Amino acid sequence: MEKMIRSTKKPILLMSHLVLGYPGIEENRQVIAEMVAGGVDLMELQIPFSEPIADGPMIAKANQDALDNGFKVRAGLDFVAEAVKAHKIPFLIMTYYNILMAYGVEEFIKEAARIGVKGLIIPDLPPQEATEAIAFCQKYGQGELDWIQLMTPTSSDARLAEIGKNASGFVYCVARKGVTGKKTDFGDDLAKFIKRCRAATNLPLAVGFGVKSAADVSQLSELAEIAVVGTAAIKIHEEQGAKAVGEFFKGLR
Amino acid sequence: MKKGYFGSYGGAFIPEILHETFQQLTAQYEAARSDPAFWAEYIALMENYSGRPTPLTYAANLSKQLNKEIYIKREDLNQTGAHKANNVMGQGLLVKRMGKTRVIAETGAGQHGVATATMAARMGFECTIYMGAVDVERQRPNVFWMQQLGAKVVPVTSGSQTLKDAVNEALRDWVGSMDTTHYVLGTACGAHPFPEMVSWFQSVIGKEAREQIIKLAGRLPDRVYACVGGGSNAMGVFQGFLENQEVELIGVEAGGKGISTGQHAARLASSDATDGVAQGYRTFFLQDSDGQMLDTHSVAAGLDYVGVSPILADLHSKGRVRFIAATDDAVVEALKFLMKNEGLIAALESSHAVAGALAEMDGLADGSVVIINLSGRGDKDIFTVADALGDPGWRQFIAQKAKQYAGESS
Ligand SMILES: Cc1ncc(COP(=O)(O)O)c(C=O)c1O
Repeated sequence: MEKMIRSTKKPILLMSHLVLGYPGIEENRQVIAEMVAGGVDLMELQIPFSEPIADGPMIAKANQDALDNGFKVRAGLDFVAEAVKAHKIPFLIMTYYNILMAYGVEEFIKEAARIGVKGLIIPDLPPQEATEAIAFCQKYGQGELDWIQLMTPTSSDARLAEIGKNASGFVYCVARKGVTGKKTDFGDDLAKFIKRCRAATNLPLAVGFGVKSAADVSQLSELAEIAVVGTAAIKIHEEQGAKAVGEFFKGLR
Repeated sequence: MKKGYFGSYGGAFIPEILHETFQQLTAQYEAARSDPAFWAEYIALMENYSGRPTPLTYAANLSKQLNKEIYIKREDLNQTGAHKANNVMGQGLLVKRMGKTRVIAETGAGQHGVATATMAARMGFECTIYMGAVDVERQRPNVFWMQQLGAKVVPVTSGSQTLKDAVNEALRDWVGSMDTTHYVLGTACGAHPFPEMVSWFQSVIGKEAREQIIKLAGRLPDRVYACVGGGSNAMGVFQGFLENQEVELIGVEAGGKGISTGQHAARLASSDATDGVAQGYRTFFLQDSDGQMLDTHSVAAGLDYVGVSPILADLHSKGRVRFIAATDDAVVEALKFLMKNEGLIAALESSHAVAGALAEMDGLADGSVVIINLSGRGDKDIFTVADALGDPGWRQFIAQKAKQYAGESS
């Protein structure tokens, strides 16, 4: 995805996030169309898992509701394939490692590459455990499937450098401690952290966790190539319906 | 072998934000482990605060009835009534070394929560306990004590509202609070170093039991039984005998309503669990073909869990530890049997070990020496046990109490 990200003339790209099967696949279809129409440049589709340890209460509940409504991984992948065909933007899959293990790690990555997914974000598979998965991405993706690494403010410089070594596409910078869906202060600390990330990688940077307004996005455009919007969009969707999601993204940039 | 792995199991599958926290914890644990003064301090504390060494009680009546030599390791006599004290006091000493000021924990039966709350009160830490809303209901007395001890108890309403969901919620707290907070994981599960570290603190059980049985029976036991939730009390007692292949080690899991009903928590004793990664570690989980965790069931909240210690998963695959399951019904019978014959009130969790042992005594040669690890006492289970026994006097008492409270509040 690096080339695509570098080729933009926009001040910053927007990456949105949604939980597959929440509240249902039909609703997902509408929301994705709204997001694309609202100017979203990349999209993270989360395959629900029963133990989403890295997610905040709102997204965790969405995971659980999707499963209670009968979400199945195979049907979810078919839907991802459909979204990839229907829209021109790159789609990424976000999920937890056990979903890959149950499917077969190699099979899952092969399938993701086959249906045209551009990146994988697996927050509970740290770099030291990811060697095999990264190799499968390279083997089946042929440069088109990126393994997205995460950098966090608690990582030491040495650790950031190690993470940067194996990164491709872009690096996902977690703006602060804590889970998704809480308030983030995009102040000096964030600028310092982003500077440390830059020193560890030449790849474009995405910043996530707590982005919710045009002011946040404009501030981030000084710092990063991609702003990630997750919980805020789920909230808009829950409170005002699918249509409002498109308007929300139009208003962000 | 990779660090933190036991065969293919274990590891540290944690969000990157916690990487440095685990590095620091691992370093502190390793430093403590290689420092004989630390273990001496720990033992002195446990002797003075928790009544260690706990006795190895000769079960004279059981032995006579069954023609065996049956000994019971009395972890129920610990401070707060379970082996959980061994783990929390050890981790409490590490928290002091790390200079942190707040502790959090998950709890199922509430035993680990109460133990953590006492440790926090004694050592001067702030304390928050996460507990599944279902478990809050079935272990209400422990919630009361945690709160009286000064802990904040947070009922967890996500997922199946039991132990695994409490673990997730504690982890969510920790990814934001790690600068001041230590997560006191309650069993030999989770990401490295927890399985190894918790087993180390619990090894005090096996060290004592080994010395005691040699003194009392004049030899090593033929068999050792322990119940297995996450696996900490079992790892504790088994470590005293792992090297002696002639000692058979048996883990008893929750058979719930019977393996064939699917309503159980038998990870290693059934063929229902499969290799997976969740809550930070790789082991056998009760999960569906998509990798989603299943709802488990046990009459004992402390055994009602989807995963099992990676160390036990490895010992199982090597054939060193054998696993069986005891059903809810057999467990209640075993609880009654031990009460009436030896005057010991065992926790429902621990009664699994008793039930497992009783079920197998027929096939064992007369005079064989058996140790049963009694991980905790049963007072906390008074509501569940009274229901299971259908005791009319207790029902009447509760109904009266309820009437009295309703009158006061109206
Ligand atoms: C009395 C008692 N025994 C056993 C257990 C199960 O835990 P473990 O398998 O870690 O010993 C619990 C857990 O709450 C418990 O309270």
